Amino acid sequence: MRLDRPGLLFALIGLAGLILPFAEFKPNRILAGEGATLAAALPLGVALLFALAAMFAMGVFRLPAILRLTAALAALLAVLLAIGAAARHLTPEGDTLARVSPASGFWLLLLALVLMLADAVARLRPGLMLRGLLLAGAVAAAWFLLASGALDQVSTLREYSVRREVFLREARAHLLLAFGSLGLALLVGLPIGMLLYGARRLRGPVLSVLNILQTIPSLALFGIMIPIFSWIAATVPGAAQAGVSGIGVFPALVALFLYSLLPVVSNTLTGLDGVSPSTRDAAMGLGLTRPQLLGWVLIPLALPVLLAAVRIVLVQNIGLAVIAGLIGGGGFGTFVFQGLNQTAMDLVLLGALPTIALTLVAGIAMDLVVEGTARRRQEA
Amino acid sequence: MIEIRNLTKIYDGTAAVDDVSLTVEKGQIAALVGTSGSGKTTLLRMINRLVEPTHGQVLIDGEDTQDIAPHLLRRRIGYAIQGHGLFPHHSVARNIGTVPKLLGWKPEAIRARVDELLELFQLDPAAFRDRMPQELSGGQQQRVGVARALAARPDLLLMDEPFGALDPVIRAKAQHDLRDIQRQLGTTLILVTHDMEEAVTLGDRIAVMDKGRLVQYAPPAEVLTAPATPFVRDLVGQAERPFRLLSLTPASAVARAGQADGAPIPRTASLRDALAECLWSGRDAVPVEGGGIVTLAALRAEAAPTARAAE
Repeated sequence: MRLDRPGLLFALIGLAGLILPFAEFKPNRILAGEGATLAAALPLGVALLFALAAMFAMGVFRLPAILRLTAALAALLAVLLAIGAAARHLTPEGDTLARVSPASGFWLLLLALVLMLADAVARLRPGLMLRGLLLAGAVAAAWFLLASGALDQVSTLREYSVRREVFLREARAHLLLAFGSLGLALLVGLPIGMLLYGARRLRGPVLSVLNILQTIPSLALFGIMIPIFSWIAATVPGAAQAGVSGIGVFPALVALFLYSLLPVVSNTLTGLDGVSPSTRDAAMGLGLTRPQLLGWVLIPLALPVLLAAVRIVLVQNIGLAVIAGLIGGGGFGTFVFQGLNQTAMDLVLLGALPTIALTLVAGIAMDLVVEGTARRRQEA
Repeated sequence: MIEIRNLTKIYDGTAAVDDVSLTVEKGQIAALVGTSGSGKTTLLRMINRLVEPTHGQVLIDGEDTQDIAPHLLRRRIGYAIQGHGLFPHHSVARNIGTVPKLLGWKPEAIRARVDELLELFQLDPAAFRDRMPQELSGGQQQRVGVARALAARPDLLLMDEPFGALDPVIRAKAQHDLRDIQRQLGTTLILVTHDMEEAVTLGDRIAVMDKGRLVQYAPPAEVLTAPATPFVRDLVGQAERPFRLLSLTPASAVARAGQADGAPIPRTASLRDALAECLWSGRDAVPVEGGGIVTLAALRAEAAPTARAAE
């Protein structure tokens, strides 16, 4: 039987994960913890350890992708349930201060299994529809797992349980920041892109400015905006009432908006430039007006590239919105920075994990949409 | 009738088209020919105002095109270009129906017109209506492009190198079909080409452009036998001249009584075809279908400009 190289890599990562501590016991949320290996962390730990080791070993050989997929899925579920069980097992009865968090071994196992899963899915070459269903299934499964209470004793969820209301509020704020800035960027960036398409001479200067904006580090951008917007709020009548302020949601939204402009404008240009000159010329020659040319021909043909811009911006802004937590803009960043201040890693994770999950889901969903429109274009 | 009066286009101080005047009679084909950069495409594009003239006028049946909004003017004029310019995201039917839709025709009327045009261009409506442009061959795409240009029954059709992207075999057939359809519909046609052969085959008159100026505007035979300038003579090609001249006359026109061996050539075949047949089969004369023969001596007389001038 022949060896499978990616499988070998997954097995090595998995092996490290099995050796390193699986969970960490801390007397309270900020004290340093003490690691427990998988074998020690839960009652049937040794059995699970051998089962996982066998599964990784099997992955080293070339086996049908569907088999690998099933194995990885089962193992992933087992590891997730195991961390929940470990948390229950390691927490002394009645001790509300003690925390059990996932340790390096758990994260490595998670990494190995997710890679294996992604690899197996890619090898199966599922159609668009099936990939959409897989994504929905994964989201539903994660939701179900969290709602079932199986993981409730894990430290990050303990942090969540005392912040339920705040968490929901910050989740909404995070989505508002990411989607709001995307909406603004489309509202402003699409017309700029269309304008530049017609005005070649303006392209260089405008794109350079947007490029420079893109290279300003996000912290520096916030730093610049605080005095500027504070001054505007203080001196321009009505500005403060309209929501302008040095800190808070307003500068966060503006920063994300500025970062989004370059991808939107440059992709609009690329998309429109991609329409063949003869198609454009024929459209004009047949008597389409300029708005008709845009609406009937240019925008439909540029759509896949425009949607690609939406994908880039969305993924970028969901991640960047974390920084808004620094200046009181809200969002999951609030937990990250609170956690950093309190050296409570579990709280940091409460902000970081949903951000990562949101980014992944948005990225994959937009990939499906982009591919769907591009494919329909080809078939069409 | 199209009247072009003193039409000029100046780009950055140089004239791309310099004071060109010409008239195309209703139902005629005018071929604009010249080297690249001669201004022929600019001249064509000024007729439907894709390029706005610096000076001069274009009159269509006496109406100044400057008095009509550009997009409304263009909907009245058919326009077909090299590489067809079909909309890749629209079906064949939607492509052809573009201008009728712009003009607000009813959907049933558009559908009927699309089918009628597909029939006219020998494309089975049931099979082609819903296809996408990239599923068609080059020749089919070109036909759909011309069908689209003719959809709203324009009196004037402008074509810019319409056959440029086709291979020679398909091109000859496409030219022949276009000529038939143009005669059938009575459309006035102005066609840009860099190919003198195409201009001679299709044009009722040929307009030769050089560096923005119109150097000769005359029927093909006159351009061939009496080129106005050395440039026109070069464009015609000294080596090609006699053959192009022969290609203008059908065999039936010079056939006279007599006997010749071998298979007859069709009556519509040109004298050039007759000459080719004589040379290839080593005969001094070939019979023409329906009686008469064409002799090498007759061909020799026809291919010389002096003989023409005497006519």
